[in-house]
Amino acid sequence: MAVLTMREALNQAMKEEMARDPTVFLLGEEVGAYQGAYKITQGLLAQFGEWRVRDTPIAEEAIAGVAVGAAFTGLRPIAEMMTFNFSLLALDQIVNHAAKYRYMSGGQVRCPMVMRGPSGAAAQVAAQHSQAFESWYVNIPGLVVVMPSTPRDAKGLLKSAIRDDNPVIFMENEVLYNFKGEVPDEEYHIPLGLGDVKRQGKDVTLVAWSRSVVTAMTAAKTLAEQGIEAEVVDPRTLRPLDDDLIFESVRKTNRCVVVEEGWRLAGFGGEIADRVQRECFDHLDAPVLRVTAEDVPMPYAKALEKSYLPQADEVIAAVKKVLYIQ
Amino acid sequence: MTVTKVVLAKLSPTMEEGTIVKWSKKEGDAVKVGDVLAEIETDKANMEMEALGAGVLRKILVPAGGKAPVGNLIGVIANPDEDISALVASAGSPAPKAAAPAPAPAPAQPAPQQSAPAPQAAPSQPEPQAARPARAPQAAPPAPPAPQPVPAPAAPPPGERDGGRVKASPLARSMAAQQNIPLASVPGSGPGGRIIKRDIEAWSTGGPERPAAPGPAPAPSAAPAAPAITPGQDIPLSNMRKTIARRLSESMFTSPHFYVTVEIDMDAAVALREQLLQGENVKVSFNDLVVKACAKALTRFPMVNASWAGDKITTHGDVHVGVAVAIPDGLITPVVRNADRKAVTEISREVKDLAARAKEKKLRPEEFMGSTFTISNLGMLDVVEFTAIINPPESAILAVGAVRKQPVVVDDAIRIGHRMRVTLSSDHRVVDGALAARFLADVRRLLENPVSLFV
Repeated sequence: MAVLTMREALNQAMKEEMARDPTVFLLGEEVGAYQGAYKITQGLLAQFGEWRVRDTPIAEEAIAGVAVGAAFTGLRPIAEMMTFNFSLLALDQIVNHAAKYRYMSGGQVRCPMVMRGPSGAAAQVAAQHSQAFESWYVNIPGLVVVMPSTPRDAKGLLKSAIRDDNPVIFMENEVLYNFKGEVPDEEYHIPLGLGDVKRQGKDVTLVAWSRSVVTAMTAAKTLAEQGIEAEVVDPRTLRPLDDDLIFESVRKTNRCVVVEEGWRLAGFGGEIADRVQRECFDHLDAPVLRVTAEDVPMPYAKALEKSYLPQADEVIAAVKKVLYIQ
Repeated sequence: MTVTKVVLAKLSPTMEEGTIVKWSKKEGDAVKVGDVLAEIETDKANMEMEALGAGVLRKILVPAGGKAPVGNLIGVIANPDEDISALVASAGSPAPKAAAPAPAPAPAQPAPQQSAPAPQAAPSQPEPQAARPARAPQAAPPAPPAPQPVPAPAAPPPGERDGGRVKASPLARSMAAQQNIPLASVPGSGPGGRIIKRDIEAWSTGGPERPAAPGPAPAPSAAPAAPAITPGQDIPLSNMRKTIARRLSESMFTSPHFYVTVEIDMDAAVALREQLLQGENVKVSFNDLVVKACAKALTRFPMVNASWAGDKITTHGDVHVGVAVAIPDGLITPVVRNADRKAVTEISREVKDLAARAKEKKLRPEEFMGSTFTISNLGMLDVVEFTAIINPPESAILAVGAVRKQPVVVDDAIRIGHRMRVTLSSDHRVVDGALAARFLADVRRLLENPVSLFV
């Protein structure tokens, strides 16, 4: 198996799907000549030409609108958002059109598009460029929301997303772009809506997605040195959510801590906590705890950025709390 | 500051108050950690309470013979020159309710609570720490004319089981229900005294709570001493009497009892017992044979070795037979664990030892908890037959009468035979009549062929 960065894995996924299916095309700011603001689309213009790799103006609503219209007519657009912070400008197209038409047309019109790009904090890009918006999109029926944490998952999920007939919000993470991992050489797909146990454990269930999986795994490693075996469950797709996988784990460990990079209030972790308390009530030995970002706009200062984001030591503290240790 | 409050520890799972039988130290005595301070009568047994701090026993607040609720200050250990007047004065007023049951990790150990019954801050869910100065420019909602939200009431002090509500994690609750453990008697080690998984696990390794047994028991061989009671006087309730009253009322009023009696031919058992005594100088009692017979039969009738658990019936994997023993101010049921796997002689030795120590109130909690079936024998008092009240959460109890010589008909002739009547009280929620009869038939078969009890 090749070891690739998540950047390379995402690039492969698009390259393979574009080669396989002529209806797949890419549009966005700087995706062509500049080869992507984060170099995810490297080499695609050269391989597939300007017709299928289209640089757009800085106009997110237009990018989304073109993608929605193209998808309605049967194409499979991949609309890159330079970051999801800017996708707010495209929300009307996504929420009121992409997510609605299949339903409102009684299934006659489908919207097989992918909107992808990095979401969440990077490093000192401050309040307007560091936001984790999965909780916004996951609230909308009609959308699929995917957030991979490894190169292997990223490639397998993006290929499934491109082939899916529903609008897929595919949220990557800038910090994870350089993370490396094994990626199968052969053709493979990871079904949307299927979670993954990233680490087996018996003492506590940590639910995390995207970059928070890294935080959870770091915490799990430290906890293991103290004799506590945490199970890390990565749902990978937030909507639809593989909650059975989470329930199965919680029924085994009797404890659950959700780690998320978004804000706490109305954050997606609250949805997980709700489902766990409802479906695993008699198996819980402690309340479900959440480790989240602080309830403020992201500060610019490095030290404050660190204290804003969920950290492994906070995860460890939460785990000890649900285990009633100390 | 080296003041150690001597607080009445929870020395048994069901203990709510205790009587100070005697102080082993007197005021002014030097005390080290671990020294026996006092002997306490709980609802089950007399237990020793150890010092949790060192210094001088400066003050005894509840003298020998006095009663105190669990968690109350009964004495003070401090340096000789320490000013303890405020503490002593505070003990004069009724102890605050919140000072109550400090969770004792194990029934046999005094709760570590030298740091006083001061409630720890009740843990609250960490709110997101809103760094207020940096609060996002949220659009301030128009000032609502609606009434302001009422501030949340202050958290109750920990450990307090207010209004009988027991705090337990959902998992602990379901585990307790499955194992038929009365939650209220499990000490909680979680925040605010919450009962959590590990508390139930600790409890079940010590065995589920056992009440004092129903129905009186083998009386002491000497003529039972009549208690010194002046007729016409009210008698204060001992802790044991309260427990007996509570548990057996609960049993009688919640589980529908029915009774099945059989008569057992004890000729072979009488002969065997004599042979053992003459030939081997081994003495076993009829009751030992009954214990073994019941244990063997219970392995074949798991539904009799079971408990009603509300929404299901729990069958027990082990056969632990409780034997009711009369003691001066009540009764208690020491337990012969795994009686089905023990030899009659082993059972005999064990029952003798347990009964002797029960009378001295020297049983450890694990020795009177965890039975799955109980036997109550009044044969030594020449009782022909009687009915017993089920020892909850069990499903049946066997009331054993005397082995009596009586005229019996054998082959159409009357001759003298030994007969014993036993009556099984069963909880009809779990055991039906035919099952009770089949179980008793098995017990009878074993006792009528007593050699089978030795193989």
